[in-house]
Amino acid sequence: MTHAEQDPEPDTRQPGLAIRNARLAWGDTMLMDGVSFSVRAGGWTCLLGESGVGKSTLLRTIAGLVAPIAPTEIVANGSSEFENQIAYMAQQDLLFPWLTAAQNVAAGARLRSEPVDDRRVHEILDRAGVAGRADARPAEMSGGERQRVALARTLMEERPIVLMDEPFSALDAITRMRLQDLAIELLADRTVLMVTHDPFEALRMAEKIHVLRRDGEVRATLVEPAGPPPRDPTDPALRETHGAIMTALGGAPAANRGPA
Amino acid sequence: MTYLRPLIVFAGLLSVWQAAVSVFAVAPFILPGPLAVLEVARERYDILAGHAAVTLTEILLGLVFGTLLGAGSALVMAYFRQARSWLLPVLVVSQAVPVFALAPVLVLWFGYGVAPKVAMATLIIYFPVTAAFYDGLRRTEPGWVDLARTMGASKAAILSRIRIPAALPAFSSGLRVAAAVAPIGAVVGEWVGSSAGLGYYMLLMNGRVQTDAMFAALLILAIMAVVIYFLIDAALRRLVSWQADVDPASLS
Repeated sequence: MTHAEQDPEPDTRQPGLAIRNARLAWGDTMLMDGVSFSVRAGGWTCLLGESGVGKSTLLRTIAGLVAPIAPTEIVANGSSEFENQIAYMAQQDLLFPWLTAAQNVAAGARLRSEPVDDRRVHEILDRAGVAGRADARPAEMSGGERQRVALARTLMEERPIVLMDEPFSALDAITRMRLQDLAIELLADRTVLMVTHDPFEALRMAEKIHVLRRDGEVRATLVEPAGPPPRDPTDPALRETHGAIMTALGGAPAANRGPA
Repeated sequence: MTYLRPLIVFAGLLSVWQAAVSVFAVAPFILPGPLAVLEVARERYDILAGHAAVTLTEILLGLVFGTLLGAGSALVMAYFRQARSWLLPVLVVSQAVPVFALAPVLVLWFGYGVAPKVAMATLIIYFPVTAAFYDGLRRTEPGWVDLARTMGASKAAILSRIRIPAALPAFSSGLRVAAAVAPIGAVVGEWVGSSAGLGYYMLLMNGRVQTDAMFAALLILAIMAVVIYFLIDAALRRLVSWQADVDPASLS
């Protein structure tokens, strides 16, 4: 079930997202070049890699926040024009401290000067498990509550593609696990691409994991854990895949390598 | 108790002042005691009130114009990249030229009335307001702007709905400084040339060696400045009530 191999040529069928020949640079430094992978429509895909490999920059490029460098090609649902199809969720909750939770959930509509559907705001807050905090300001909420509101705001946007940049990494282990489950439940019908540096998070949540590893140059390796997410962290099969990922990341047991 | 403590300190200082004057028998034209000052303030209440009204008008108008001008400049600089290179030097020069040195020129241009004093107060608060607000507008959390861009927000919406509210705490700091220095501008303007106002009255009494009346005018000026500061401070606290107030002394 688990196979770690070079991602084959991007699918010719219509994927949710296809990234071809991604080239990223930070100033004059080349971060990655010629990285290709695809994200299945309606599925949960993780981009896993160590810090500094360029995964966040890649996500920001897909989100349209960083101008892509030729020959990078990003195709969503068969088209390279997908401006209004993406919702973006970052590591910080990015809630506006002067707005209440309900107002923050409606931030997109407010920013576009569109009418706010209050009934829907409260329904989504309820689904995110923070219905009782609608009128609270971010400063009065816990980290978990704030990230729930951020998740509700992402949901409110009704975009088919959701890009997440380590959205749960600032939370404690238990809160993180609850929010992972909640995110999988709430974003079930969306195409999700999540960046993470935590192999366990990727294993719990993703159908497909693209492991980005710098080995001379950055390359993507596909790992597909067995079974549907969210997976049980105590499952022995998961541990085995975990080992495969650690090997793919270059973190194999010390016996096989020289001193770190 | 919070309000009582400054009062106790104040009363203590006044007692020391009165005691010093009594014990060392200081000549009243050098330093009148606080009781003598209060006595004069009571006697000349109507004269002082008339001068205070003039000075208050100057301070408030200066605050309004300086704040509008400062906030406007900061917004223009934050929104238009080209405007920055034109306005920033003006801003720096407005601070580098000692505003007090301009006072005689302002009186020459605007006459002896309220106008040159308002201009002085405006000039003196223009820099702190502009600098603080512009700084706040520049330091918007980049993540907020990214989020807004993925949500399809226009540049104008990002300014009005994110950058301005986010800059309000910085703007408040600038406005607090402005509230504290605006009275200085008005009084210096009065010293250079005027026929009314507390600054004018102080100079007049100085010439007549009525030091107690001078101190009475100073007392009223101080009370006005403190009241203006606390009113503005209270209003600003309401404006940015969402900002968590952290007392640095409570962090260890």
